[in-house]
Amino acid sequence: MFVRGLKRKCFDGEEDIEGTLAGIKAIPSYNLQRQSLLDMSLVKLQLCHMLVEPNLCRSVLIANTVRQIQEEMTQDGTWQMINTQSTGQASLDRLVSTDILCRSSRDQAEGKHVPAYGTFNKDFESDQAQDGSETMSTASSVQTPRNLQSNMWEMENPQENKGNFQKSLDQIFETLENKSPNSVEDLFSEVDNSYYDLDTMLTGMMSNTKMGHCDSLETFSSPKNTASNSNCKSDLNDLDHIVEILVES
Amino acid sequence: FLGAGGGNDIQWCFSQVKGAVDDDVAEADIISTVEFNHSGELLATGDKGGRVVIFQQEQENKTQSHSRGEYNVYSTFQSHEPEFDYLKSLEIEEKINKIRWLPQKNAAQFLLSTNDKTIKLWKISERDKRPEGYNLKEEDGRYRDPTTVTTLRVPVFRPMDLMVEASPRRIFANAHTYHINSISINSDYETYLSADDLRINLWHLEITDRSFNIVDIKPANMEELTEVITAAEFHPNSCSTFVYSSSKGTIRLCDMRASALCDRHSKLFEEPEDPSNRSFFSEIISSISDVKFSHSGRYMMTRDYLSVKIWDLNMENRPVETYQVHEYLRSKLCSLYENDCIFDKFECCWNGSDRQVEFFSLIVMTGSYNNFFRMFDRNTKRDITLEASRENNKPRTVLKPRKVCASGKRKKDEISVDSLDFNKKILHTAWHPKENIIAVATTNNLYIFQDKMN
Repeated sequence: MFVRGLKRKCFDGEEDIEGTLAGIKAIPSYNLQRQSLLDMSLVKLQLCHMLVEPNLCRSVLIANTVRQIQEEMTQDGTWQMINTQSTGQASLDRLVSTDILCRSSRDQAEGKHVPAYGTFNKDFESDQAQDGSETMSTASSVQTPRNLQSNMWEMENPQENKGNFQKSLDQIFETLENKSPNSVEDLFSEVDNSYYDLDTMLTGMMSNTKMGHCDSLETFSSPKNTASNSNCKSDLNDLDHIVEILVES
Repeated sequence: FLGAGGGNDIQWCFSQVKGAVDDDVAEADIISTVEFNHSGELLATGDKGGRVVIFQQEQENKTQSHSRGEYNVYSTFQSHEPEFDYLKSLEIEEKINKIRWLPQKNAAQFLLSTNDKTIKLWKISERDKRPEGYNLKEEDGRYRDPTTVTTLRVPVFRPMDLMVEASPRRIFANAHTYHINSISINSDYETYLSADDLRINLWHLEITDRSFNIVDIKPANMEELTEVITAAEFHPNSCSTFVYSSSKGTIRLCDMRASALCDRHSKLFEEPEDPSNRSFFSEIISSISDVKFSHSGRYMMTRDYLSVKIWDLNMENRPVETYQVHEYLRSKLCSLYENDCIFDKFECCWNGSDRQVEFFSLIVMTGSYNNFFRMFDRNTKRDITLEASRENNKPRTVLKPRKVCASGKRKKDEISVDSLDFNKKILHTAWHPKENIIAVATTNNLYIFQDKMN
């Protein structure tokens, strides 16, 4: 969503925008905030892949949150946007950027609000390594994260389900990453300023050791979309197809 | 008179602190449950390493009438060991989730302790005598050659140093697929319930190879799972009544006389959502982490992430009282979601029942972050925030109330929300059943506070 490398590339030729950026108040759009929350939730669900049985209550609550976001995004018609930035690298990077968030907040911690990030990062990194080595072939029919959840919860057939869990995880990654680099460039050429703002907000937040970016996320007073849908506009016809697969329920 | 308000407010003073002084917390030492026994003489803690430590209150010293007896270690034992579930290739944590004492019937004490999967009944007994003078055995235990025995004597009991022994009397295993979050002993003192995420089982204390399933909310298709059981408790007086709370903020009261499987509740307690406070986190923060009946059984108290609610059992559609524990966190929910703090399960407890005023549950206590804990007086509607910290450890000095500054200019002595340490959480607290003595568990230390006696 706000991959640093790509972002820079994106803005290289757009110095005239930078002037205006300085004047823009960094409040990420509702869509971006919601997207960030969705990403965070998906990462959390994936991290439930631990040595001890995951906490079912926590998993259920996170899954319900994901479902809420998905429902709202589907209603808004903004569900397409989930894939605007995905490429072979980008989807992993998108998850990485969430991780960077958390990592930097741990570094800032000094007895602040950060608990076991060691575990968080460690598990996440081992998942990353695992999945990164998978070869991406065709996008097969992917179940939604719901499948992820059910596989995680279905304790009665654990061995089988651990395999399934990994498989559905892979499927999600496959789908997300099944984009040629060219179209990605196109996507990013139209990326909105607000991406940059969110990123600034987030990094700024971390260095201030405030609970910063989430302040804006806290303004979710109503589930209705307040920002325009045009933020992430792009020609996504070829992605719609993949999105439909993802959303299939 | 407890909590009568006015000049009779309780003044809390530091009494003792147990546990390592190190800032570096050993994971096994993390306290996971705290419980007084029915007389208050014994105080049990369970930890992540599967150990139970029981403290005993000293008999009151006549010369030291200004303070109640101190708590000293009485018994320590390994209750649960880590296990490996080979079928699922998963570890079963030895962490003690709950301890519940049985009322004392004879010289020995009994308690139930549970980890995620197995409940154990422990007998704690004292031995202060031992037999001496056997005919066939030497004092060191070696057997004598019978041909050397020329006279006979009767062995006698002689005093010895007090030894406290803990032995497992019953092991209630293999009844829970999911993680046990609650155990509750029935008022009949013969049966008890154990609750996991999706099921509640009824046991008889004498029978370990059978348990009855009384609640089952597991959906046929796990993909449809949206709600789990978070806590359960028997009614203090009615042995057929119990309640269980859910991750969606509801409490169901069930009557076991209605049917064998209590899937249909007798009462459903739920407060309608406040639309102005709605966010993606609304459901998570409504998840109930603890439920406790009042002494009389007329009320019950629930703890969710931000508040404590008192319910009248006769009114299902809303609580009669709501107390905000740390409302200043409402604007920080996203960060707390990110760092997982939003999933912390805080417990709550009632004051003990006063000798003079039986069955009056007047004060509520619960924990928060930064090693703060909160008390709410139902009569006066006043509340106080106190801190469990070694810095305040001068006995008989009244604890200074703390204040969190939510926003704006921070006054002197106030602490701002952003400075709170979210690693220092008080999840477990307990109130002596009869006296104004409280036990407050920080991550790995146990604090004991008493009210200042005049």
